[in-house]
Amino acid sequence: MAVVFEKTKGLTDAKLHYCPGCGHGIVHRLVAEVLEEMGELGNSIVAVPVGCSVFANNYFNIDAIQSAHGRAPATATGIKRVRPEQLVFTYQGDGDLASIGTCEIIHAAARGEKITTIFINNGIYGMTGGQMAPTTLPGMKATTAQKGRDPQINGNPIRVSEMLSSLTGPAYIERVSISTPAQVTQAKKAIRKAFEIQKQGLGFTFVEVVSTCPTNWGVTPVKAMEFVREKMIPYYPLGVFKDITVEEGK
Amino acid sequence: MAKVLMKGNEAVGKAAIEAGCRFFMGYPITPQSEVPEYLSNELPKVGGTFVQAESEVAAINMVYGAAAAGARVMTSSSSPGIALKQEGIGYITNAGLPAVIINMMRGGPGLGTIQPGQADYNMTVKGGSNGDYHNVVLAPASVQEAVNMVMEAFDIADQYCVPVIVLADGLIGQMMEPVEFNYVPRPNLPEKKWALVGHWGAERSNIKNLVIEPDECEAWNHQHFEVYKQILANEEAWEDYLMEDAEYAFVSYGTASRVVRTAIGYLRAEGYKVGMIRPKTLWPFPQKAFDKWDAQVKMYLDVEMSMGQMVQDVAYACNDKNKVVFHGRTGGNVPTVDEVVAFGKEIMGGDK
Repeated sequence: MAVVFEKTKGLTDAKLHYCPGCGHGIVHRLVAEVLEEMGELGNSIVAVPVGCSVFANNYFNIDAIQSAHGRAPATATGIKRVRPEQLVFTYQGDGDLASIGTCEIIHAAARGEKITTIFINNGIYGMTGGQMAPTTLPGMKATTAQKGRDPQINGNPIRVSEMLSSLTGPAYIERVSISTPAQVTQAKKAIRKAFEIQKQGLGFTFVEVVSTCPTNWGVTPVKAMEFVREKMIPYYPLGVFKDITVEEGK
Repeated sequence: MAKVLMKGNEAVGKAAIEAGCRFFMGYPITPQSEVPEYLSNELPKVGGTFVQAESEVAAINMVYGAAAAGARVMTSSSSPGIALKQEGIGYITNAGLPAVIINMMRGGPGLGTIQPGQADYNMTVKGGSNGDYHNVVLAPASVQEAVNMVMEAFDIADQYCVPVIVLADGLIGQMMEPVEFNYVPRPNLPEKKWALVGHWGAERSNIKNLVIEPDECEAWNHQHFEVYKQILANEEAWEDYLMEDAEYAFVSYGTASRVVRTAIGYLRAEGYKVGMIRPKTLWPFPQKAFDKWDAQVKMYLDVEMSMGQMVQDVAYACNDKNKVVFHGRTGGNVPTVDEVVAFGKEIMGGDK
């Protein structure tokens, strides 16, 4: 019988610990499929974060290291400088990247470090149980902002892709989502483009994925996808924020 | 190789290159900034890589990545900067990776002073990061010894897969002394089969730090302590100075021990039977030195540039806290020969 579909070899057989409706499973698969399609599974190294994806090193079937909270871009910098021929990427959530790791992501981007960052933005701390993230929307409830995020009290969310796009170092920055099949297709294209630009040695590449956390949002998986479309994407608009291959015709 | 006159910080950088280190990530801080300055110039000449990190935190995490990728890698800083690196040192330890960290200590706590100090003994020797672990700590007392210890630090790190800290101070970093570089690697250093190189499938490298199951995490701790047992057995190092007939023993390391050495000359000239045990490794602390001399030593005179952070280790090593007395200066001051001589006479009285 002809095989019409099989799981990518880029993922191990380990059972994922993610909740139903969590976006990590989709993004893991996209990343792994892209690496397989590019023939890079034997040539890739991932630095995983602290947060829900702390065990991604057990799921990606490639060389991997668990980083300190927020420091994956620094750790990946060390790896890439030693192994410039390898495809090196970080996979980070919003608490990890946009709060405790703000310094490391900005400077890895500013240096034009030839790594890729896959940034999962679901507006909440997942692993620790629904605390306010730097990306939590105004009005959105969190266990540390139980009446909803009030910018006067809790400050304002950070739009990371826009912020990083002001820097010279990044070669490619795109924000995508996974709340519709079309978005999933586009997310995969963006991930592939980021890895290809890294292979060309053109600079830092960054793909932000607006994602879900039904458990800590307190909604069903279906409602979580609706929330992404109706609330998250209006605040975090999808699109390409920087692409030097277009600007410079490469 | 002929001797050359070099500043301590630059000599440390050259020693790293001579030992095959090709990766350095650091951040400026007085009094060690000449280490990154020197390596920013010299590493590219030998095909190496220098990265000025955005912070000490980033630097040590770059070291974590470079070590995981299989490189000989070093970072350097001074006390407040080393405090910032503690998180990363703990991660490197738990992952079982080799790395070399230089601390050109200054007075503290907090921002403290930029003048030399030895008040990072507890942070460095007792830990500094969270969890059960030890750093191997080497304590040079001259620029030449700093050079030798940096080279040895890379070998120790590779042999046991641990971070090694060279604990010097701003005085050693800033002064110039004649040095020579003769790196002879230890034989049979293990191959780094665990390194991140881009494997695939069942044989991939997966360098973990979260060990969430308590039984597994406990087992990891025990594995680390099996390594520490070997280090304790193999790596204690110290100098016996005029100990053969000594009835009193100074215990001092690094810059403070240089002052003590001079003071001993004056005390010996007056007939005092006094020597010095100079730890060259602070962890492992040289227990064997105390086992060797304790029967003949009446008192241990601990001299440090701190408020006495080593005293407990001396008391433990001689198993008699009543035999240990302390004199120290802190906050960036170095004890003078006169005050160490006076301290010696005060303790020894007329006992010659």
